[in-house]
Amino acid sequence: MANILLIAEDKKRELKKVTLNALTFAKQAAEKINGQVIVLAVGAGISKVAEEISAYGVSKVITAETDGLENYIAETWSAVVADVTRANDVGLVCMASTSMGKDLMPRVAATLGAGMASDVLGFDGATFTRTMWAGNAYANVEITTPIKVCTVQGTAFDTAEKAGDSPVESFMPTIPEAKTRFIGFNESVSERPDLTEASVIVSGGRGLKGSENFKLIEDLADLFGGAVGATRAAVDAGWMPNDLQVGQTGKIVASDIYFAIGLSGAIQHMAGMKNSKYIIAINKDEEAPIFEIADAGLVADLFKVLPEITNTIRKEMGK
Amino acid sequence: MKVLVTAKRVTDPDMKIKVKADGSGIELSGMSYKINPFDEIAIEEAIRIKEQSGGEVIVASIGGDEAQTEIRTGLAMGADRGILVKTDGDVDSDAVARVLVKLVEKERPDLVIMGKQAVDLDDNQVPQLLAGYLGWGQACFASKLQINGNTATVAREVDGGIETLEIDLPGIISADLRLNEPRYPTLPGIMKAKKKPLDTIHPADLDVDITPKVVVKGFSNPPERKGGRIVADVPELLKALKDEAGAF
Ligand SMILES: Cc1cc2nc3c(=O)[nH]c(=O)nc-3n(C[C@H](O)[C@H](O)[C@H](O)COP(=O)(O)OP(=O)(O)OC[C@H]3O[C@@H](n4cnc5c(N)ncnc54)[C@H](O)[C@@H]3O)c2cc1C
Ligand SMILES: Nc1ncnc2c1ncn2[C@@H]1O[C@H](COP(=O)(O)O)[C@@H](O)[C@H]1O
Repeated sequence: MANILLIAEDKKRELKKVTLNALTFAKQAAEKINGQVIVLAVGAGISKVAEEISAYGVSKVITAETDGLENYIAETWSAVVADVTRANDVGLVCMASTSMGKDLMPRVAATLGAGMASDVLGFDGATFTRTMWAGNAYANVEITTPIKVCTVQGTAFDTAEKAGDSPVESFMPTIPEAKTRFIGFNESVSERPDLTEASVIVSGGRGLKGSENFKLIEDLADLFGGAVGATRAAVDAGWMPNDLQVGQTGKIVASDIYFAIGLSGAIQHMAGMKNSKYIIAINKDEEAPIFEIADAGLVADLFKVLPEITNTIRKEMGK
Repeated sequence: MKVLVTAKRVTDPDMKIKVKADGSGIELSGMSYKINPFDEIAIEEAIRIKEQSGGEVIVASIGGDEAQTEIRTGLAMGADRGILVKTDGDVDSDAVARVLVKLVEKERPDLVIMGKQAVDLDDNQVPQLLAGYLGWGQACFASKLQINGNTATVAREVDGGIETLEIDLPGIISADLRLNEPRYPTLPGIMKAKKKPLDTIHPADLDVDITPKVVVKGFSNPPERKGGRIVADVPELLKALKDEAGAF
């Protein structure tokens, strides 16, 4: 069959790790359909990212840089991706299911007249497995168009290992005039790892009662060099920035250890964290649904037990 | 300003869904249905624009006759008229987008506001597909929207922060959770909604072939998680953390 095109994503011109999870998907898919993996990096000054990904043993890395590609805009990016797709005998275009992946890939599908599957967990060469209903159902879907498009759930795939140099070539894109202009980016600054990359996550909910109490959550997270997460209730209340929301409509995570503290375990929250390896729940209500999926649950007032837990671990770690 | 909004009828997001034993579908008996929560937010935003600067709000849904209920919800909130594009059976996001292209060509709205994602199929595709087909700008996952004449300024919730875009109108906006708090329909609103116009048309009237590009072959249950163990106290929790999770 045809080749697989993976769209690389960067953060300030550093490769985003989740692209390497999506690369594992792309390599697995390539084996199933006897194709080759091509990676495309789009944007002004993208060659550094291309170089980084070229160490992962793909058939080639294509860079597309030109004036007007300084900031991501769906209209221009989708035009470039579609042109590269058509020029390289591509049968499947994929990208990690980040906010950019979600924004871009359907527009790529429209441009190519292709069918698309969102949040893919696997591909057997014919059908894609994907989540629906907040992760409560897995669906097997077939895309009937010759070119297929998908976004990939990063947590379902290991990070690809380096596998030898790949050739890098450049593609000179022609971009359409966009009807959208980038005005600015208000970055939420944090020293902590990204939620999708952290091995330990400590999440808090409405039970924290106020933003000042999230210090308790942060203290525990910092012991492990972990990330802080939040429920929609905590984000809506303005206690935590929106991009820390875990769940169906926030981030999908799968950490080694997930602390769920002062949160009830709504369907929409569990959709984002129930694939974590070890889940610890602290809630004063023994009926809270979160306990049903916790490996270890403690029925207690978080304000009473959390400082003690953090302090004991700190001592044991010798910090 | 003329604003087109969409309202999908979805399974109640707070009800637990189950895959049928034979994997042929989702167990729908006893299920209740609602308007997609993100679409309520989209409708609220459109009504606020109308309240500020006048115009018209049209609510469209693609689905069976039952979807009239969700359109009426939008009318009860304050939208002016509804359009049901009647289909039997499943339509995929691509078909929905191509139906909407025709509605846009017919109605010529200045702005289309939609939910970012339908909480049943979790596609998160239709607004982007529609923008792609129309060649319009898109501003998805909006948490703030300001209209300035022929353009709109939109704050978008993206990984790592908030991005601001300026988009030419007409354009496509998809609503995230924090764009607004949708109002509840009032009783007089519900009474009035019953008399507001609601047209039913068929995809064939719009000359759209709704054959899906994405076909669901079957469903399965996600792997069960074994949980539910309650520990007695803090020392036992710490022991579990240490011995079972290897945390420290
Ligand atoms: C369309 C849609 C999408 C959504 N998407 C998401 C999403 O992506 N992510 C998400 O998280 N939510 C999402 N939600 C919201 C979700 O339905 C819940 O409302 C939300 O997750 C609840 O947050 P919470 O658990 O913090 O609050 P609550 O449900 O109010 O739970 C608070 C918990 O804290 C406990 N508590 C209180 N005080 C203490 C104390 N002192 N010590 C210990 N425990 C205490 C209580 O017993 C309670 O269980 C979505 C909702 C909709 C409709
Ligand atoms: N059948 C439908 N009828 C009306 N609107 C729809 C329909 N399907 C999707 N939409 C709209 O498209 C948005 C995104 O849906 P989706 O891409 O399917 O997740 C939803 O919030 C709706 O506003």
